[in-house]
Amino acid sequence: MNVEELQQIAGSAQEEREKFDYEVNVCMGTSCLSQHSDKIRDAIAKEASACGKSCHVRRTGCMGPCAAGPMVMIEPAETRYGHVREEDAKDIVAALGGEPVARLDPQLGSYFEGQNFVVLENVGHIDPEKIDEYIARGGYEALLKVLTEMSPGSVIEQISKSGLRGRGGGGYPTGLKWDTVAKVKGAQKYVICNGDEVDPGAFMDRSVLESDPQRVIEGMAIAAYAIGANKGYVYVRAEYPLAVQRLTVALREARRRGFLGNAICETTFNFDIDVRLGAGAFVCGEETALIASIEGKRGMPRPRPPYPAVSGLWGDPTLINNVETFANVAPIIRHGGEWFASMGTARSKGTKVFALTGKIQRTGLVEIPMGMTLRQIIFGIGGGVADGRKFKAVQTGGPSGGCMPEEHLDLSISYDALISAGSMMGSGGMIVMDDTSCMVSVARFFMEFCMTESCGKCVPCRAGTVQMFELLTKITKGEATHRDLDRLTELCEVVGATSLCGLGQTAPNPVLSTLRYFKHEYLAHIEEKRCPAGVCEFSATAADTRRGEVHV
Amino acid sequence: MPLYAERPPLPSEDKRWRIVNGTMRKHGYSRNALIETLHTVQSSFGFLDEPSIRFVAQSLRVPLSQAYGVVTFYHFFSLKPPGRHTCTICTGTACYIKGSEKLVAEAEKFLHVRAGETTPDGGVSLGTVRCVGDCGRAPVVLFDGELSAQMKGPQLAAQLERWTTQ
Repeated sequence: MNVEELQQIAGSAQEEREKFDYEVNVCMGTSCLSQHSDKIRDAIAKEASACGKSCHVRRTGCMGPCAAGPMVMIEPAETRYGHVREEDAKDIVAALGGEPVARLDPQLGSYFEGQNFVVLENVGHIDPEKIDEYIARGGYEALLKVLTEMSPGSVIEQISKSGLRGRGGGGYPTGLKWDTVAKVKGAQKYVICNGDEVDPGAFMDRSVLESDPQRVIEGMAIAAYAIGANKGYVYVRAEYPLAVQRLTVALREARRRGFLGNAICETTFNFDIDVRLGAGAFVCGEETALIASIEGKRGMPRPRPPYPAVSGLWGDPTLINNVETFANVAPIIRHGGEWFASMGTARSKGTKVFALTGKIQRTGLVEIPMGMTLRQIIFGIGGGVADGRKFKAVQTGGPSGGCMPEEHLDLSISYDALISAGSMMGSGGMIVMDDTSCMVSVARFFMEFCMTESCGKCVPCRAGTVQMFELLTKITKGEATHRDLDRLTELCEVVGATSLCGLGQTAPNPVLSTLRYFKHEYLAHIEEKRCPAGVCEFSATAADTRRGEVHV
Repeated sequence: MPLYAERPPLPSEDKRWRIVNGTMRKHGYSRNALIETLHTVQSSFGFLDEPSIRFVAQSLRVPLSQAYGVVTFYHFFSLKPPGRHTCTICTGTACYIKGSEKLVAEAEKFLHVRAGETTPDGGVSLGTVRCVGDCGRAPVVLFDGELSAQMKGPQLAAQLERWTTQ
């Protein structure tokens, strides 16, 4: 493969597209597929051939606004239809080239306003299982450029210049990480893509792997060249069967086109990728635990240092990045580090993909430039709280993050701003809660999660999460006292400070952030035996105490 | 002395063992193929029992304790056979906010079993899962692995009713 051949593939894919007057893209991500969008695609294709319209019906990945699914998009007009059913095929085909079908308007309002697609640039436009469609949109240009024109050092320089930080949540500078692994001496190095998206309420990685898997493969290959690795692993959750299947097909296609394997693009660079299935353990998001899991062991973290950059998979230097981080690599190389650094805030560059869910009008996948405010996302893109209820809190960072109240809605999104507000970026789940959610119960929910997901290796996390869970349960039952609250606060400090890995260190965050902003709710449970949101059911003794009766 | 003298024979004539063996062969019977192989066993047989764990451990020369440790560590692996039908309720954050706890309680009441158990007649297994990634249309339930979103109590009860009266 050389530049001419790549252009030729892109050209013929483009020619193929131009044969048709219209393109009908049908979303076949997990969400729309569960509403049988495959049948919708077949119905539209059948209808189009019956009418003799020149139209190409394409399967694509998630288009974003999942709540309006199943989604269909017509190109080149970029008309979007929502809640499409099989019976609508006739009208959709008839409307090609004319007025759009009014009743299928997805009512997206300002959903796309202010969004900026870098990671999701191809989403909804290409068939995830066809590598040539990816190439036609500039795919693998970056890899070819890297292999033929750039030294590993200059690749790392571009990544450092871009200011890209780890998108898995930690926010460690990607360029620095690559540089560290590149400098370590070792005959064998590995690249691992962390797709173990166990953070509940988040589906960015799933969507990227389902919609544009080649982008992740390209990013990994560029990383491998930069650090001198020849073997890669993608660690994906077994709960995402569609992502695994699309990724497997994509790897086969990439090998067929010669972007993986030996002597890639007629250079001396060799690289191949294997898929490893996760088996449902939150702690495997921690890099040392993930490595143990790939080695076929229990996914338990170990103390660092040594960092995986020095001693990772099978003791060799290993680079681990998140799916979204790798998905940012190809555009950075294509457009240059400065281009990427021109988006975002001073210390958080580029864009971030969020899974906007919860009690909100328009749920779905959004990609926004760093620095946008929470208000713009929730009330602009998301259309505000659903069912006319009142906004109460927004949760980011999953079980490691926190809940932010209305006062923080004008916070601009960046790694540091979210941490100072008591939450964190996390992998990108953003869950909106209204006044029907009890914040103590939410804290208890996350603590239950951390308790069951604790691997049990270190005592603070293993025992501390159980004790914190018990205390929170006591509060929600109206059986707690002020002493219990003090004990809970103390435990939060101890577990956070002394746990071995990120799971335990951040497990108190949901409690701490709700205590910080919603202490009145805790106090209402303790002093008045009352749940302001009306969620908690109190035991009989607690109710009696509220009425002033005393049991002897 | 080696842990096991040689690879054990396939436990039975069942063709599914050949699929399992195929996974191990693909990985060169390497010890780090343990999780991959257990995935194959579970997808072929629906669960992992003692003979299958013993077979995999011996074939890959992994101590039985380690294999058992891996099986019990990961939530995805099950040591109990599933019922004829499975109802898996997502308890991820988005589903929790939209009331999946109530769905679990309703299903438990309807089937008279706790989440993670199977009805005594082996008809329905009730389970929970931590996020299947369809948070945009929460709450989500998987009926026999098929995803149903924006689930409501009566809809869930109707499906369970169909299964239990079959």
